[in-house]
Amino acid sequence: MPTHKRIDVSKVGDVTVVKFVDRKILDEAGIQELGAELFSLVEHDNRRSILVSFDNVDFLSSAALGKLITLDRKVKSVQGRLKMCNIRPEILEVFQITKLNKVFDIRGEEAEAISAF
Amino acid sequence: MSDQTSQGLWQLSIDLPSERGANRQVTDELLNQLGAYGWQPADVFAVHLAVEEAIVNAIVHGNKLDASKKVHVECEVSADRVRVAITDEGPGFDPASVPDCTAEERLEAPSGRGVMLMRSFMTSIEYNAAGNAVVLEKVRGPADS
Repeated sequence: MPTHKRIDVSKVGDVTVVKFVDRKILDEAGIQELGAELFSLVEHDNRRSILVSFDNVDFLSSAALGKLITLDRKVKSVQGRLKMCNIRPEILEVFQITKLNKVFDIRGEEAEAISAF
Repeated sequence: MSDQTSQGLWQLSIDLPSERGANRQVTDELLNQLGAYGWQPADVFAVHLAVEEAIVNAIVHGNKLDASKKVHVECEVSADRVRVAITDEGPGFDPASVPDCTAEERLEAPSGRGVMLMRSFMTSIEYNAAGNAVVLEKVRGPADS
């Protein structure tokens, strides 16, 4: 089982649930590590149903958005499914302004998101 | 760093080195001041996002992490207005040349959203003619004043 510094990973049925360790995702080095850990779920652990929960997250920068977009691409390229949930209103607004809400499958609560897989 | 409060206005002027994370202290202090002046969490988030994007752009894209160059930051906070001016020592850029990140073909590009987020979350943002200085302003809305 790989050790993660930036994410907590658990399983609910077939769904891999990912939570962020940091409340503020803005440090460049941390974002690089975060990206590597997220991508390894798909590329090395062969996870195909991934739910990213933002319930610990107060802030994220546009650099972090880039990692989520790349994760979404990687999951789609292996016919997997990525969903996101528990996003606070200000971060949801970031997704709406950038129209990433049309790219990502964004759900409300974790239970609702898991039942949608 | 110089930092003073007079007549309901907090002001700060600082030169930052061109290294990643150099803005952490000034950003934290700015957010503390917004809280002290009674700004609501949604507005604090908005200012945080815009200032973070602008200073990182100045350090990384403006000064290109050149240790011989500084990023000059001036902040003013009052109960109803925040103004942050950020100047780098790079050649500048044309903000109008930044492609629309919400265009269909750019939606999944991994970068290029910072300027749009600054414009959306602040009341105004203005670049100088050279494109190496930006002034961000947010006026507190009547709903939460």
